[in-house]
Amino acid sequence: MVMTGGEAAETMLKPKDYKSDTKPVWCPGCGDFSVLAAITRALSALSIAPENVAVVSGIGCSSRIPAYLDTYGFHGVHGRALPLATGLKIARPDLCVLVASGDGDGFSIGGNHFLQACRRNVDVTYIVMDNQVYGMTKGQASPTTEPDWDHSKLTPHGTRINPFYPLVLALASGANFIARASSSDPNGAAKVISEAIEHPGFSFVQVLSPCVTFRPEQREWKKIVRPAPIEATTDPAAAARRLMTDDNFYLGVLYKGSREPFEPEIPARLATERELEEEFCV
Amino acid sequence: MSTHAISIALVGSGGSGVMTAGSLLLEAAGRAGLYGLMSRSSGPQIRGGEAAALLRISTHPVFCLGDRFDLLMAIDWLNAERFAAEIPLDRNSFIAGGDGVPDEFSASGAACREVSFKTLAEQGGAGIRPNMLALGLVGAAVGLPPEQLEEVARKLVGRKGEEAVQASVSALSIGAANAALLDGLERFDIGDQGSKELWNISGNESAGLGAIRGGVRFVAAYPITPATEMLEWLAPALERVGGTLVQAEDELASVNQLIGASFGGTPSLTATSGPGFALMTESIGLAVASETPIVVVDVMRGGPSTGIPTKGEQSDLNIALYGLHGDAPHVVVAPFSVSDCLFTTQWAVHLAESLQTAAIVLSDQSLGQTRSVIPKPADVSFNTRRVLQTETRENYQRYAAVAGGVSPMALPGLAGCQYTADGLEHNARGIPSSRVEDHANQLDKRRDKLTSYDYGDHWAHVDGDGPLAIITWGSSLAPVTEAVEALAPEGIVVRVIAPRLLMPVQPERMAEALEGVEVALVLEQSHGAQFFHYIRAFYAPECELHSAARPGPLPIRPGDVINEIRRHWRWS
Repeated sequence: MVMTGGEAAETMLKPKDYKSDTKPVWCPGCGDFSVLAAITRALSALSIAPENVAVVSGIGCSSRIPAYLDTYGFHGVHGRALPLATGLKIARPDLCVLVASGDGDGFSIGGNHFLQACRRNVDVTYIVMDNQVYGMTKGQASPTTEPDWDHSKLTPHGTRINPFYPLVLALASGANFIARASSSDPNGAAKVISEAIEHPGFSFVQVLSPCVTFRPEQREWKKIVRPAPIEATTDPAAAARRLMTDDNFYLGVLYKGSREPFEPEIPARLATERELEEEFCV
Repeated sequence: MSTHAISIALVGSGGSGVMTAGSLLLEAAGRAGLYGLMSRSSGPQIRGGEAAALLRISTHPVFCLGDRFDLLMAIDWLNAERFAAEIPLDRNSFIAGGDGVPDEFSASGAACREVSFKTLAEQGGAGIRPNMLALGLVGAAVGLPPEQLEEVARKLVGRKGEEAVQASVSALSIGAANAALLDGLERFDIGDQGSKELWNISGNESAGLGAIRGGVRFVAAYPITPATEMLEWLAPALERVGGTLVQAEDELASVNQLIGASFGGTPSLTATSGPGFALMTESIGLAVASETPIVVVDVMRGGPSTGIPTKGEQSDLNIALYGLHGDAPHVVVAPFSVSDCLFTTQWAVHLAESLQTAAIVLSDQSLGQTRSVIPKPADVSFNTRRVLQTETRENYQRYAAVAGGVSPMALPGLAGCQYTADGLEHNARGIPSSRVEDHANQLDKRRDKLTSYDYGDHWAHVDGDGPLAIITWGSSLAPVTEAVEALAPEGIVVRVIAPRLLMPVQPERMAEALEGVEVALVLEQSHGAQFFHYIRAFYAPECELHSAARPGPLPIRPGDVINEIRRHWRWS
């Protein structure tokens, strides 16, 4: 549950009300422009007041998003956006907390935090813009890059190691909501993101977001992606079968769990500091 | 015979209960109106390893172990020789236990008294534990009232049922009945000790309480020796006052959780030790750059790398001072004693919150894991308040250049003041910028807010005068103080200077403290003389400067300091 902007705001908040006046550093044609648009559309559809939204990110092209939004934001260090967002949401359960990441930031340097955040199930929405490449450092392989992609000077023979499948990992680790969207369909992405925000617990949205500079062939993705011909399942076993046989281009909400989100225990009566000291008295 | 202090070492293999016996002895001494401390030493095993409870009980407050032990009592001798260097004995000491006293101990010339716990146990019924026999024996031998021993034992064993209580009480009385085995050991003359307000608290608990008093309501942490007890104390304590402790997946996560919680407005802290601290350094820099208050307590242990997890050393000074990349001004403070862990941690929270920066507290194993009976620490209130932006404002600038450098922080939820906190260099609005002037302005802002702040007298412990000074820090202050007091009757006067605030440095105050000093001895527990180099680099004293640096895990004892002072004393 998040605080909304009230009745008046609900009718008035437009996507542009969530945009800042800072100009993105992204390359022309980058998929992340669409993801930015999808986030603002989702927030406006939910009418969450911008001051009650915090967008947390790490390092990478996609992680620049907080500065382009007129919400609160935290652009932290590489790979640690999820823990930062976890601390924020636990301290401030009233806020709508989104985390923006990429496949390098989220699955490589931040890989363990991804698994642990799925387990912990704090009510945040994790949006990973996946382009199977490190763009900001100019084109290296990431954990989702194919093993034979040999366009990087760092891995001239390709990585020769298998990519991993983030949605499968998310399911196995306990994420409460798993979806895939595409930057080629910002309206569809906005719908998925707003559903993710509304769903309690840890929600994971992979957004296929081409890197037109280092992976120009990804422009073709828009021709391959298509809606998953199924309804979102609440059965993890069914979801596992789907995700394991998935070709990574089906879009939509693929799994919706019903685990209780992690929330701190609040005692009925608060102790005073004086009471805490009693145990030390000889 | 009345005496001032008795030092007792209880050793045994894991599960023998020496730590329990030591804790109860300390608690009983406190109830009898005595002061004391107990530090712990143990081997690397999780369970089943050798352990030593090192106690010093006194009619006056004590802050460090003494130079020697009056009594070494062993429940068993398995691997006990590994503690030989930590338990100095002499001809006036006693060794008590079964046969097979290791040569390392008997070579001291101490009197050996055979105590067979097996034989003693046979005098009672089932469930007689050797550690309780030892407690009864030692307690009675040093003159502690039997009713105090029984009371503390009942309190501990009570939840295990009446049978267990009876076994303990029986063990205590058998032990006491055999106190003659330790004839010759000095005794306390427990008269009317008056009504004292005493606390029995460890340094880790003390730091935890300081955190809560300072206003901390969020802790995220990863277990690590020797900091874990602080977290274990904080977990239920925080919950009781409406706060939260989260066990994170690693230290990279814990420090970032703090930054998130603090960005949301909740004062936040973590506790760790060297290896975990090293992992945190990148993000401590993020707290500095984004001006998000956090506190990191490093309970130092022997390093480098995994080092000696169960034993102390003052060797994380360099990483605390210089471990952040870039120019990242921050606060580093160090407590002097178990009691001061409370004050210094509370002060660190105050400084972090007031200055919107990262504050590092350098405690160590010998403070953190030492349990101490001390006079109740003073109540201190700093009236801590973060400078917040409380009203909507056009063109809010989170990182505006303001007098004093501490710009009002807007918390999420405040309309019209949305900003993005950033580890990238930024301009006054928080927008990423690589412009020369933005970098210069923000560097100046982050430095000036720390250097222009008035830290007051808390910055250091400065005592005494005269041309010979000892400059020390942290847990090394206690043996220095004791040594200086011991030498005073001989007319040897030594000035003691110990900064509690290590960063930012206070050159004017240090110059004042050093006024008239001709020779200064820089004393610390580190192999690389880290503190000596720090003093030389930042304070450049004009006097003759000597380094007395040695690594852990042996504690620096008052006698070591006395030897150093005599070496440099040349005024008669």
